[in-house]
Amino acid sequence: MQHIQPEKWDLVIKGHTSLFDVKFKDLWHYRDLLAMFVKRDFVSFYKQTILGPLWFFIQPIFTTIVFSFVFGNLAGISTDGAPKYLFYLTGITSWAYFSDCLTKTSTVFRDNANIFGKVYFPRLIMPLSIVVSNLVRFGVQLLLLICMMIYFYFFPEGTFHITPAILLFPVLVLLMALLGLGLGLIITAMTTKYRDLTFLVTFGVQLLMYATTVIYPLSYAREKGYDHIVQLNPMTGVIEAFRYAFLGTGEFTAASLGYSAVVTIIILFLGIIIFNKTEKNFVDTI
Amino acid sequence: MSNKIIKVENLSKAYQIGQIGTGTISKDLERFWVTKVLGKEDPFLRIGETNDRSVKGESNIVWSLRDINFEINQGDAVGIIGKNGAGKSTLLKLLSRVTSPTTGEIKVKGRIASLLEVGTGFHPELTGRENVYLNGAILGMRKKEITRKLDEIIDFSGVERYIDTPVKRYSSGMYVRLAFAVAAHLESEILIVDEVLAVGDAEFQKKCLGKMSDISKGQGRTVLFVSHNMAAVKSLCNSGIVLENGKVVYQGESDDAVNFYLSNSSKTKDISLQNRLDRLGNLKLKVVGVDFLNDKNQSVTQVISGELLKVRLHIEKRSFVDLSKLFVGIAFFDNQENRVLSFFSDEMASDFTNLEKSNYIELNIPKFFIRAGGYDLTIQLSDGSTRADSFIDVVEKAAEIFVLPGDIWQTGKTNRAGTYAVLPGFFES
Repeated sequence: MQHIQPEKWDLVIKGHTSLFDVKFKDLWHYRDLLAMFVKRDFVSFYKQTILGPLWFFIQPIFTTIVFSFVFGNLAGISTDGAPKYLFYLTGITSWAYFSDCLTKTSTVFRDNANIFGKVYFPRLIMPLSIVVSNLVRFGVQLLLLICMMIYFYFFPEGTFHITPAILLFPVLVLLMALLGLGLGLIITAMTTKYRDLTFLVTFGVQLLMYATTVIYPLSYAREKGYDHIVQLNPMTGVIEAFRYAFLGTGEFTAASLGYSAVVTIIILFLGIIIFNKTEKNFVDTI
Repeated sequence: MSNKIIKVENLSKAYQIGQIGTGTISKDLERFWVTKVLGKEDPFLRIGETNDRSVKGESNIVWSLRDINFEINQGDAVGIIGKNGAGKSTLLKLLSRVTSPTTGEIKVKGRIASLLEVGTGFHPELTGRENVYLNGAILGMRKKEITRKLDEIIDFSGVERYIDTPVKRYSSGMYVRLAFAVAAHLESEILIVDEVLAVGDAEFQKKCLGKMSDISKGQGRTVLFVSHNMAAVKSLCNSGIVLENGKVVYQGESDDAVNFYLSNSSKTKDISLQNRLDRLGNLKLKVVGVDFLNDKNQSVTQVISGELLKVRLHIEKRSFVDLSKLFVGIAFFDNQENRVLSFFSDEMASDFTNLEKSNYIELNIPKFFIRAGGYDLTIQLSDGSTRADSFIDVVEKAAEIFVLPGDIWQTGKTNRAGTYAVLPGFFES
């Protein structure tokens, strides 16, 4: 029998590790990298553009105008009495944050194969930086919403009021971010092997929007008898709560928000497990 | 006993070759069923197959590395050498945690910083300064650390004037300089470097080599260096590991490792010289083999520019020849069939009478001042004159020698490649 010497190693690199093996210490050490990635995303977004950061506003403004026209005026879908523009803008802003987190995260491995193939850092930094840089964007768009709310306060077109649920705002943002992140992690891990999912995501997210209460209120879905399907979507609870907080319309119940929270946590947990398992060897298959 | 800093135990890495795509779901399910549910060995990993590109394997799994074991002591500068596909890059990837091993493990003390490429993560739209921060952070530096060293980094890179210009406007040389400058200022205990010295001009290459030797010799940190540049490995490293087909075939002093590599790699599998029929002459003597020897009399197929080279002709004596009149000519041709240099025994007043007892003729070139490239040898044995009617044995392309870039002038700079000779000399003003 060989005598085992008590040697202390700082790092052991081996093939298999436990399922939920997130190195929080490592993540914390690389927090500056996260900040650098966020800065990079933000700066490179508007470099060599004339309008610069204004582009953050243009997209939601035009989408809101088009949605108001198509769904509000042409289709005549009710907005539960809230001003049309505000109704759509709240929906669009929150949905955009979720879908940006999801779509950008879902291509993390593919987009960064080059960096990941050359140097080690906790891979989770990359999706986290996406969530944070989209948060910056979301913040800018929130300013737009606040400006519009001030405008409609002085020139009323419908009724709206901020409710105490606004205190839940950070929780809502966190739910959107984590749900998008979790789904994105699952998808990006699977796309390293099965590219098909990439195509699914691009139009799937668009279609999913119609199964969420972005362009219609939940009450309208209930009228038509589809409310159960719509409520299965964990984003519905979040967007309804978001709208309730800012405009006082929509259905905000602890049950639906709780449901969203539980689904989010499950998906996030699953996402991290799959992501961790994939990150070790994806360089070989991408 | 010296202090171990890296310990590699039974390390293996398998790769799937060929198409990965269609049908992977069914194979994945089969694999999952067999390994996880039935608890058997993975049917897609066949044991015992080695990684040899030239031999077609049975399964579509190859072992890029197979049961590697070695230890590295603190402060060592280790050169990892081997042919293309020997597993060098895979080993570096495993060490730098880019991908994980199939079996076995690597134990490490301290931080590892790897430079598999310079400028990883550089963003073209960001300025040089911003990229220093970004790249530094990717390599594991904290922001404070970078700020503290920023001046030093910019100074080392020599692109101070353009530091606030987006790097997309940089020349490729400036880009590499800046990128290497960041990497050179990492404070990790272990630095892994892969062939980055192939870029940049000679001055900068020298600067990089200098910095690396400073890191290993001056600061006592451990450097792992993968390169095809044998001169650089010899000058920079104190020990070497030779990989062949995914296995460690030699570990020892760097000079010995380089010699081992040169003498064992690229063995020619052509028809042996003995059996060749495309020769002229009466064949009273026959050249049956050509060996290249280094200064330790080891047989080699490659030589470094500027080092000693012996060409040994093995002679089969078939009938009597007046050895005092024997003429031997050896000419080196480049791959364009240009004669680059030749040695004529009559000019050199060589004496072959000793061949009576021995069975070889040796040409000794103390300093092989030839630039890097591949050369063919034509050998001529004649009786007295060089006229065709006195030919004893003339063979074209009797042997092939590869010359690797070296440091002919002893200046620390690797010579340019190019198939022509270099004469000793110096500039003055």
